[in-house]
Amino acid sequence: MLRRLLANPIVSRLISSVGTLAGVAVVVFIMLRAIPGNQITASYGIEAAALTDEQRAALLSYYGLDKPLGVQFFSWIGNIFRGNLGVSARAHQSVASLTAQSLPVTLELAIWTIILSLAIGVPLGMLSASKPDSPRDAVGQAVGLAGLSIPAFLLGTALVTVLSKYLGFNPNGAGYAYFTKNPLLNMQQMLLPSLVLAFGIAAPIMRTTRTAILEVRSQDFIRTAKAKGISTRRLQIRHVLGNALVPIVTMTGLQFGYLLGGAVVVEQIFSLPGIGRQVLVGIQQKEYAVVQSTVLLIALGFVIVNLLTDLAYRRIDPRVRAQ
Amino acid sequence: MVARKRTSRGIALAAFLSAIALIATGCTPATTPETTPPTQTADTNKTLVIGVTSEADTLFPWKATQFQAVNVMQTMYGTLTEFDQNLAVVPGLAQSWDVSDDGLTVTMHLRQGVKFHDGSTFDSTDAKFSLDAIKNPDTAAVAAASLASVDSVDAPDANTIVLHLSSPDAGLLANLAVINMAMLSSDDTEASLSVTPNGTGPFQFVSSVPNQSLTLKRNDSYWGDPVPLAGVEFRVIPDETSIVAAMQSGNVQMAVFDDPLVAQTAASSTISIAKTALLSYHVLQLNARKGPLQDVNVRLAIQCAIDRQQVLDTAAMGEGEVTGPITSPAYRSDPSSRPCPTRDLTKAADYLSKSAYPSGVTLDTIVSQGEYATSVNEAQNLKAQLADANITLNLEILESGAYVDRWMAGDFDAAVALNGGRPDPDGMYSRYFTSTGNLNMVAGYSSDTLDALFAQGRQTSDPAKRGPIYTQISNELENQAAWIWLFTGYTYTATSSNVQGFIPMANQSMQYLRSTQIS
Repeated sequence: MLRRLLANPIVSRLISSVGTLAGVAVVVFIMLRAIPGNQITASYGIEAAALTDEQRAALLSYYGLDKPLGVQFFSWIGNIFRGNLGVSARAHQSVASLTAQSLPVTLELAIWTIILSLAIGVPLGMLSASKPDSPRDAVGQAVGLAGLSIPAFLLGTALVTVLSKYLGFNPNGAGYAYFTKNPLLNMQQMLLPSLVLAFGIAAPIMRTTRTAILEVRSQDFIRTAKAKGISTRRLQIRHVLGNALVPIVTMTGLQFGYLLGGAVVVEQIFSLPGIGRQVLVGIQQKEYAVVQSTVLLIALGFVIVNLLTDLAYRRIDPRVRAQ
Repeated sequence: MVARKRTSRGIALAAFLSAIALIATGCTPATTPETTPPTQTADTNKTLVIGVTSEADTLFPWKATQFQAVNVMQTMYGTLTEFDQNLAVVPGLAQSWDVSDDGLTVTMHLRQGVKFHDGSTFDSTDAKFSLDAIKNPDTAAVAAASLASVDSVDAPDANTIVLHLSSPDAGLLANLAVINMAMLSSDDTEASLSVTPNGTGPFQFVSSVPNQSLTLKRNDSYWGDPVPLAGVEFRVIPDETSIVAAMQSGNVQMAVFDDPLVAQTAASSTISIAKTALLSYHVLQLNARKGPLQDVNVRLAIQCAIDRQQVLDTAAMGEGEVTGPITSPAYRSDPSSRPCPTRDLTKAADYLSKSAYPSGVTLDTIVSQGEYATSVNEAQNLKAQLADANITLNLEILESGAYVDRWMAGDFDAAVALNGGRPDPDGMYSRYFTSTGNLNMVAGYSSDTLDALFAQGRQTSDPAKRGPIYTQISNELENQAAWIWLFTGYTYTATSSNVQGFIPMANQSMQYLRSTQIS
């Protein structure tokens, strides 16, 4: 019974995911403490050198840094199992509360970015693959190369600067508006950052689409479909793109997972209070609880997205279901 | 069936693209640019939005050291004394004070009718509580050492406190003016104030959203002149270029920049830039207790081999002034009185030949990356200049946390640093260069002469007599080449054209937000 349960691909993926999360917890805990400085030096800067021994002891106790590392680690893990992600001494809020504010921002940004990336990348990949080595392929490849090689910080800064200076358009200069409070301003604030991110992410999606379509088009069943006189449009959408979806979904899932923690630069430029910025500020302030718990949540998100991607294969591709 | 599906997909796609187009082209910015020409009529219903790159890391004034936190505290809390725009000490919550003839008793007469934001009255109980708590090591207050000369505090009546000193301390009144000496209510605790600040300042706390903003409103019962602004919002925009963009689009009306390039970008017909010389100074710190730097001739050789103006021009686009040790306007050092006021490689070679290291020295030099814009450029220019005098700087460019760790431990031969300045020279340097100073280990130099001069300065309250003492201190530091003082920079305050009345200060205080108005 147990063996059969373990043989189930979803169960085995869940088990390996727990292992991954445990590994992330250990690595982030050790890495944070390997970085020179602590919350005292981050808060006091060079004034920390002027603290007396008594003052330093009081602060170590206040930040919980006077306990042995093992106690700190297991106390953190124990608290997580009790639903307590820790507290930010800077913001005087729980990490759960901070994350409840920042996670929706990043999730919304990631969703918009993926929608725009697919809207740009898939048609462009199909266009490129429709006639390899032709001018249209060259255009598609050039756009893809530009997406990969222009850094997001450069594109983002240029957009903000030019649009503000010449058009006075800078919705991100206003305080961040949550979708539930001001949907129109929220969508304006999401437009430029998701476009900037999508420009970079559309490139690998475009290249993956092109490669997958070219591969599928060389398959025997495509020749058979053509021989049966099926329309070109139906052939391209239903048979070619349909069968090329697995690598595209894989790439999209990976990029979505990346966006959960990797959009920090764009969040900085466009003043979006997302989860990436929460981690960055946590690292700058050496707020161990904030960084550890948030990184663990991001890893959890990544694991869930990958799991959903795997499940999507089964939906998209009957061959995976058959296996 | 297929056709219907295709149509619905087409509509969905068209709707999606239309939505994008609508957002991109049809919408106006959230706030339209304010290009109203300046007038003298203040609108007392307006809130000033200040763009800041980071939020305050604490809301507790006794522990605030971060620039942003200090600025926020200065708007919410009051101190017994204050600095005016020329950095002279003026009355704050203490309306006047008397110093006994022997300098050992300071009696402060508190301002009456002052209220905390929660409505409670400020009196001598609060003042005594605050000073006692700042001195208490358990509080871990940043300014504890500034009260080292205070033995005890009495509160004989509700409007008077008496400070009993162990020795005369002419710098005490200036020390009481910094925000780390804020007067708190004796009913409050660090825990409560970290969430809901409660001061006597011109603005009171409304809300704080982590990583987004901190909002204050006018304190209508403020003891000073009526505050023209309805409130202030410190809006977090992490990237300075994005702050400039937000000012250009009218979302933000004020910002403070350190980088001259960013300030240049911001200047326009609707945004004016005020340039203010700072008290903080760029310096090559030398550790005179280690290796070859124990030899004064090596230190003097370094001093003579450096053209400070070249460092300033190369690293900071010439935006600053060459300085000696003391930067406060009232006691400013004369940079031309140092042994080598200009670069003199012959003299540098002479000093080195007189030292125990005539063939040259190598110094491990720490540099902080990211803490301020010019650090690495300064270090590279210093390395190039010193190479001409057979002095090699081994640059270790460190992340700010690693730099602070090494700096605190005194684990360096030399350190490229940007140190904060203070209006009073005793508060600025006695902690570094007296043998009992709490930063002397980091400073790496002390002497009986300096100990005596600092003690003399503390015991002299007449400014006319204090000046020559601090000139001697400055000369002693330069003659011994304790450190190599380089230059002071500027801060750039950008304001929209409809913002008036703000006075930038050399200590970067934003206390004059209380007189700022939007027309």
